Amino acid sequence: MKLLLMFYFLGMSFFGYFLAPQKSKAESIKNGSEIYHDFCYRCHGINGVGQDDLIPPLKSSDYLMNNIDLSIAGLKYGLKGKITVNGIVYDSYMAYQGLDNDEIADVMNYILNQWENINEGFITAQQVEKIPKSILEK
Amino acid sequence: MKKKISHIFLFFFILQLGCAQDNPPIIETPTKINYSYKIVVDGIDIPWGMAFINVDEFLVTEQSGILYYVNKGQKREVNGLPKVYFRGQGGLLDVALHPNFSENKIIYMTLGANTEGDKKGGNTSLYCAVLNGTQLSEVKLLYKAIPNTKTSQHWGSRIVFDQKGHVYFGIGDRGERDVNPQDITRDGGKIYRLNLDGSIPKDNPFVKKSGAKTAIFSYGHRNPQGMTIHPITGQIWEHEHGPRGGDEINILKKGANYGWPEITYGINYSGTVITNKTSAPNMVQPFYYWIPSIAPTGMTFLTSNIYKSWKDNLFVGSLKFQYLERLVIENEKVVKREKILDNIGRVRNVVEGPDGYLYVSVEGKGILKIIPNK
Repeated sequence: MKLLLMFYFLGMSFFGYFLAPQKSKAESIKNGSEIYHDFCYRCHGINGVGQDDLIPPLKSSDYLMNNIDLSIAGLKYGLKGKITVNGIVYDSYMAYQGLDNDEIADVMNYILNQWENINEGFITAQQVEKIPKSILEK
Repeated sequence: MKKKISHIFLFFFILQLGCAQDNPPIIETPTKINYSYKIVVDGIDIPWGMAFINVDEFLVTEQSGILYYVNKGQKREVNGLPKVYFRGQGGLLDVALHPNFSENKIIYMTLGANTEGDKKGGNTSLYCAVLNGTQLSEVKLLYKAIPNTKTSQHWGSRIVFDQKGHVYFGIGDRGERDVNPQDITRDGGKIYRLNLDGSIPKDNPFVKKSGAKTAIFSYGHRNPQGMTIHPITGQIWEHEHGPRGGDEINILKKGANYGWPEITYGINYSGTVITNKTSAPNMVQPFYYWIPSIAPTGMTFLTSNIYKSWKDNLFVGSLKFQYLERLVIENEKVVKREKILDNIGRVRNVVEGPDGYLYVSVEGKGILKIIPNK
């Protein structure tokens, strides 16, 4: 009986894992908007345009749109050193903010689809999970 | 021609609408630079707080939750820290030595904490502990603000001591400006005062107010990230981040209300108005306010003669514009502001070392020492 119960619960948790409705892209963007307006906007701006030559823009940013994995790594581990965005070199330190992987996915989906940015894909927490710190060191 | 002139007027009028009036004196960039700097310790991403034991030895906090003991430029991690809740602007914040540290080895720390074990986020706390080498013992929680929240914003926090056996520390409004700063029964948006053992001083301003948080010393603050004792008057000087515009320097008085968010010189980040009031009865005016905001962190008066003509000036870090600001004060007014270490990076903190030199902590760089040219 005990065994049967164990199998039952194991089976249910498997079903639960695979059948649980995934967060929709719209939901993720909505959550990401809340995170953006708490953690990010003071530096990157409400319109995503950054600040002079100190903070790079997110709107129409070639770095962001062409280096999605690197951008995720920046949020996950912090981003240090020089980066070039739309031809301008930036060298400010962006700290890791203590965000969970699903929160990083949400805020990525938000910034990739705001201010006329368009990204067909959908970033998930699983994708964030897989990104190692080492890709920042190349 | 007339049309052209009116267009020019219109242009300036619109420009005027777009940006609030800068508050004088306007920041100056010196043409001649009489100093250089050297990095005394590197490899600390966000060096938040700093406390000197002597010329060679000091403590540095890294915001994500590491306390470093530095001896002659070599850093080692201190063990035995309380659990740090790190999120957004929170984490391990300031560190300070007990006024009698040379005998009792006690240090104080402010940090984001979740001591309740709920999953609701965190709030600012004050701890003390005994430091032996790189080991903490007798870790004691002296104060913990409630409730916990997951918001990233406004944790404070600096620690200072007066000569009468009190420890002072600030906690920001935790992103709840309409709820916390004006309500003395709630934490957040306050400067607190405790006895050195963590007990509540009998003469704290609100000890007899029912329901009040009796540790409160002053209220109506937004996000205090700079505090220092004036070397001559002994008064506590505090600065705090305003919204867009309206960062403030305040001289703290017991029981006083500094007005946030009922009065402010700032506006919302989005450009909308918070309040039209910049003053009100029973609310204290700032000593100085910054428009535009510099995002001030860390603050010290310079008491040494090491830098020509900088003695008695006030030094404040700017996170936003990435320089150290030198403020000259005459007849209780800021008469001059100047950029030091322009474009150095996001400045977190500035202290005067026991050797009289200025030590500046910069994100991604570490701790720099400013050296005057001969």
